[in-house]
Amino acid sequence: MSGGIEDKLFTIRFKVDENSHLIIKDQEVCKNCATKECNYFCPADVYHWEGAYTSVAFENCIECGTCRIGCPTYNIEWVYPKGGHGITYKFG
Amino acid sequence: MANEKFDAIVVGAGPAGSAAAYTMAKAGLSVVLLERGEFPGAKNLFGGVLYRKQLEDILPDKWQEAPFERHIVEQRLWILDSQSAVTFGHRNEAFKHPYNCFTGMRVKFDQWFAGKAEEAGALPIYETVALELIREGDKVVGVRTDREDGDLYADVVVIADGVNSLLGKSLGIHREWSPDEVSLAVKEQIFLPKEKIMDRFNLEGDEGVTIEFIGETSKGMIGMGFLYTNKESLSLGIGVMVSELKRTRIKPYELLESVKQHPVIRKLIQGGETKEYAGHLIPEGGYHSIPPLSGNGWVICGDAAQLVNFVHREGTNLAMKSGQFAGEAIIEAKNRGDFSRATLSLYDQKVKESFVHKDLRKYRGLHGFLKEIDPKLAFTDLPRVLNEAAYEMLLVDGETKANKQRNAIKRMKETLGGTFSALKFGYKGWRAING
Repeated sequence: MSGGIEDKLFTIRFKVDENSHLIIKDQEVCKNCATKECNYFCPADVYHWEGAYTSVAFENCIECGTCRIGCPTYNIEWVYPKGGHGITYKFG
Repeated sequence: MANEKFDAIVVGAGPAGSAAAYTMAKAGLSVVLLERGEFPGAKNLFGGVLYRKQLEDILPDKWQEAPFERHIVEQRLWILDSQSAVTFGHRNEAFKHPYNCFTGMRVKFDQWFAGKAEEAGALPIYETVALELIREGDKVVGVRTDREDGDLYADVVVIADGVNSLLGKSLGIHREWSPDEVSLAVKEQIFLPKEKIMDRFNLEGDEGVTIEFIGETSKGMIGMGFLYTNKESLSLGIGVMVSELKRTRIKPYELLESVKQHPVIRKLIQGGETKEYAGHLIPEGGYHSIPPLSGNGWVICGDAAQLVNFVHREGTNLAMKSGQFAGEAIIEAKNRGDFSRATLSLYDQKVKESFVHKDLRKYRGLHGFLKEIDPKLAFTDLPRVLNEAAYEMLLVDGETKANKQRNAIKRMKETLGGTFSALKFGYKGWRAING
């Protein structure tokens, strides 16, 4: 294993819902965010600033909750994926 | 799902929820055990240590059947610099009689533990999210789920939905955790042949070792790492406060990668295959972050109530104990036919009189202390000075031991900003863990 995040996420089983459980409330707020911390603190690299908006790779979310607490403007609406969906650990 | 009414609905089939569900179901109460994962434990994660005592309190005859990995005979603490370690530890055969604690995996353990609640009569409803609490006035009367016709009613709801506790927050009993009340831990499950693990960690049979490490590995952030032995794998992880990740912009998984490169850790994991990467928040707000534990028609347990002793990495045991206490209080409420705060506060009282509350109270000053100090000083500079002093003392280079000792003390004082600051640091630190 090379240690990159893609390889790490590959070890996890996900049952992906078609709808995102993570919503950016207001992309304008992201535009004005100087630090864009979600691009760094997320352990699954879910958030990327694409130059004009924040993209959300919710399929990779490991449901830790860091973004809900860490976003300086609380601009992320965070709920659980639909029952039985999302991450399923093998060991935990 | 019919609009049936139960004595209790337990939200979350982790150690707190299953302990509560088991306790109540065994006493004949009608209990629903709700879990959003595919099965209990599917969403759950911990570093890896389970304690016997609290499990035995709940399942005196059955705790031995729990799917443990290794029973811990040795606990080590490493203070790391970039190339070195000062190590402390305690190994004792007495930890086997009776077993003190075990390593485990939550996917296995939580399924087993929830299974005990099911055997006792709790009704499992899995793959179902509790969306919100149903209220009548100031009373909680049920749970709305994401299933069709998914309203469930009960006299009391046990909120055991973990660190993110959306339900606890919706009650307004505490605000959202702040970034310095929670740590993010990332972990890898690294597989190695059993014999390799036993050789590298000096083990026989099912003996196991835990290692906690602080120092250079957290890159100047407030945090701690861990390396635990399982049967055929190692759990390697590191947790740092979310506020620290925000400050430093260090990516959690890159931090974990750098931990794996540390020379004393690299050699223990080498040749291993990572079969799972994982991440989870740990509630580390301590005593001052504990919300009220009960109200009209509800109780809150485990991580959802910030019941984690991060100084001693105890959490699952506090969760189990709080779940058990909550279950006992609800049984009494059922006997009295009163599910208001007046009776359910028996739960608060039980927690208050136990080690759960008292241990967290003891360390109540630590949170403030960590806020006050420069994290780099405590988590990088002091570990480095300690390592340098050890190196100097053990290095035979013609310099006298007296000189080496003088230099070490001088450097320690300098690092702390002079004699007065050193004394203040020591005093405050002492107060924080002996409050």
